[in-house]
Amino acid sequence: MGKSALGTLYNDGDAIVSEGEPGDSMYVIQSGTVVLHRHKEGKEVFLAELGERDFFGEMTIFEREARSATVRAKGEVHVLTVDKKTLLSRIQKDPSLAFRLLEKMSSRIRKMDAHLTRIKGSDRRNWDTRPETFDGFGS
Amino acid sequence: MPVLKEKRPLEHKLSPVAAHDSRNLKLGDGSQVAVIGGGPAGSFFSYFLLDMAASIGMDVHVDIYEPQDFSRYGPAGCNHCGGIISESLVQILATEGINIPPTVVQRGIDSYVLHMDVGSVKIETPLRENRIAAIHRGAGPLGTKEAEWSSFDRFLQQLSQDMGAQIIKDYVDSISFDDGRPVVETRQGLSKKYDLVVGSVGLNTSGAKLFEALGTGYESPMSTKTFICEFHLGHDIVQKYFGNSMHVLLLNIPRLKFAALIPKGSHVTLCLLGEKIDKKFVPDFLNSPYVRACFPPDLDLSQGYCCQCFPEIYVERSTKPFADRVVLVGDCAVSRLYKDGIGAAYTTGKAAASTAVLEGISSEDFKRHYWPACKDINNDNTFGKVIFAITRQIQKRRSAKRGVLRMVSKEQSKEKNSKRMSVVLWDTFTGSAPYRDIFLRTLHPSFLSNFIWGTVIETWPFHKR
Ligand SMILES: Cc1cc2nc3c(=O)[nH]c(=O)nc-3n(C[C@H](O)[C@H](O)[C@H](O)COP(=O)(O)OP(=O)(O)OC[C@H]3O[C@@H](n4cnc5c(N)ncnc54)[C@H](O)[C@@H]3O)c2cc1C
Repeated sequence: MGKSALGTLYNDGDAIVSEGEPGDSMYVIQSGTVVLHRHKEGKEVFLAELGERDFFGEMTIFEREARSATVRAKGEVHVLTVDKKTLLSRIQKDPSLAFRLLEKMSSRIRKMDAHLTRIKGSDRRNWDTRPETFDGFGS
Repeated sequence: MPVLKEKRPLEHKLSPVAAHDSRNLKLGDGSQVAVIGGGPAGSFFSYFLLDMAASIGMDVHVDIYEPQDFSRYGPAGCNHCGGIISESLVQILATEGINIPPTVVQRGIDSYVLHMDVGSVKIETPLRENRIAAIHRGAGPLGTKEAEWSSFDRFLQQLSQDMGAQIIKDYVDSISFDDGRPVVETRQGLSKKYDLVVGSVGLNTSGAKLFEALGTGYESPMSTKTFICEFHLGHDIVQKYFGNSMHVLLLNIPRLKFAALIPKGSHVTLCLLGEKIDKKFVPDFLNSPYVRACFPPDLDLSQGYCCQCFPEIYVERSTKPFADRVVLVGDCAVSRLYKDGIGAAYTTGKAAASTAVLEGISSEDFKRHYWPACKDINNDNTFGKVIFAITRQIQKRRSAKRGVLRMVSKEQSKEKNSKRMSVVLWDTFTGSAPYRDIFLRTLHPSFLSNFIWGTVIETWPFHKR
């Protein structure tokens, strides 16, 4: 069976967005996996891994802040860019579209809560290098 | 001698449902919903109805009546269309969590080539990203031996089935009211009473007549005949001659509005849009040197296509596509003018579903919460008509066409050049933006002055081309 994916193809290690960059779009993963990192004291700290149908970069749709994390392709990834203008004008007509974004964001907050609670109950000094992750950053 | 008719009480003149109390008509646990037509509008409606109902803990049953089998080749398994899923719809569906799978997307379109009798120019997307999907609605054109790709309509149908909708493979041939509730009857003799009946019958069957016959005031939309055919060229030739570009032909041929060539996996789809497009018109068009130039030189175009149809395309909205316990969505209610009909099926299907789940299913509920979405599309089409009227005038004038070509070529020659004409054309022919936005962009002083200047220069007799 033939295959032809939508979006842009990124190869292993390619940066899709970079921390600190301004941004006016969100991204939806069509196929493959991406990894979210944040810089801390000169090191890239692993935050989360996202897969097909997950999105990232949605924070810049709602805030005017710069990207909060770097997102890199893990293997071959197809990522579709969703323009801020297209999305906001659609949400204005159909607010229920924001519901799915909220659902995803609220599940991230829930995971982040659980993660913080775990950290509080253990050694706080090592929290940022721990292998367990939460996808609390919409980059 | 004329027979004197018995005078009926007023109640009989009203629609059968109007005689019932329409306040408080709501869906609830155990409600039964019939969706007549399982094309994009019916599938989107069912998907969102079941999704929203589940999210508020309501248990609703949906039957989709659809006689077509989308896994069949040729017209029998196809809902006849160019097969472009617009850039905006691709993005919105992805946001909804619906990624069109790579087995359905035959080609990601990243650019288009505008052909006029004064020259051709390629217009690229600003992002150079494959954000437009070229698909086949059914399993593939006639002559397909082995399915290389999956059907888009089947994919949508599967989404609604995964949500819990049941497909009934039968043609509905009667809808009536019994005690204020719609009763659906099929060719194979099925008969079932529902709480809500949804019309998503499109324009290519007599399905809309079933709803007109209900006497609720619904009148089907105005439409016009178009032509679609498929050329089987093989993957390599499609890639060589068409690449990932949609080709739009704006030629000064009487009755033609525009033509589009859409590359798929190993086929190219030709769509002709205009007035009274018929069998006689097609060979004239195919013999045009500008059309021939798009294809391999040795291909006999008039013999070269393997599948053809003359489907109807939406032109003017319907009247009152709703009543108590009845709502119509997609093409048989309202659609976008000549573009993005599947996008309109999504918009109307979702708006009707959210009204039914969250507001109610009375005529008043649909009027207040669903009809504005239809009016929005319809108002936007008014701008579309103006844009197509201007396009037609440009098509007739060589100097204006040269002006357009000049402006686009200049814009595309350098990355940092402003792309006003390119964006206007891109959005007009791909259906990526509302017509209103496109129209307002053409009023920008810089757009107007560049276009007028380009056209004037082209009429200047000493101008070197
Ligand atoms: C030439 C042409 C090119 C086009 N190109 C594009 C394009 O590139 N992109 C785009 O977005 N749109 C395009 N469109 C428009 C697009 O095809 C329609 O807007 C879209 O199909 C509407 O979806 P729908 O579900 O309302 O109707 P349809 O797709 O027509 O589906 C209606 C369904 O109802 C079923 N049905 C009908 N009557 C009954 C009955 N009595 N009982 C049971 N089932 C019934 C039919 O079998 C059918 O499956 C094009 C249209 C034409 C004519």
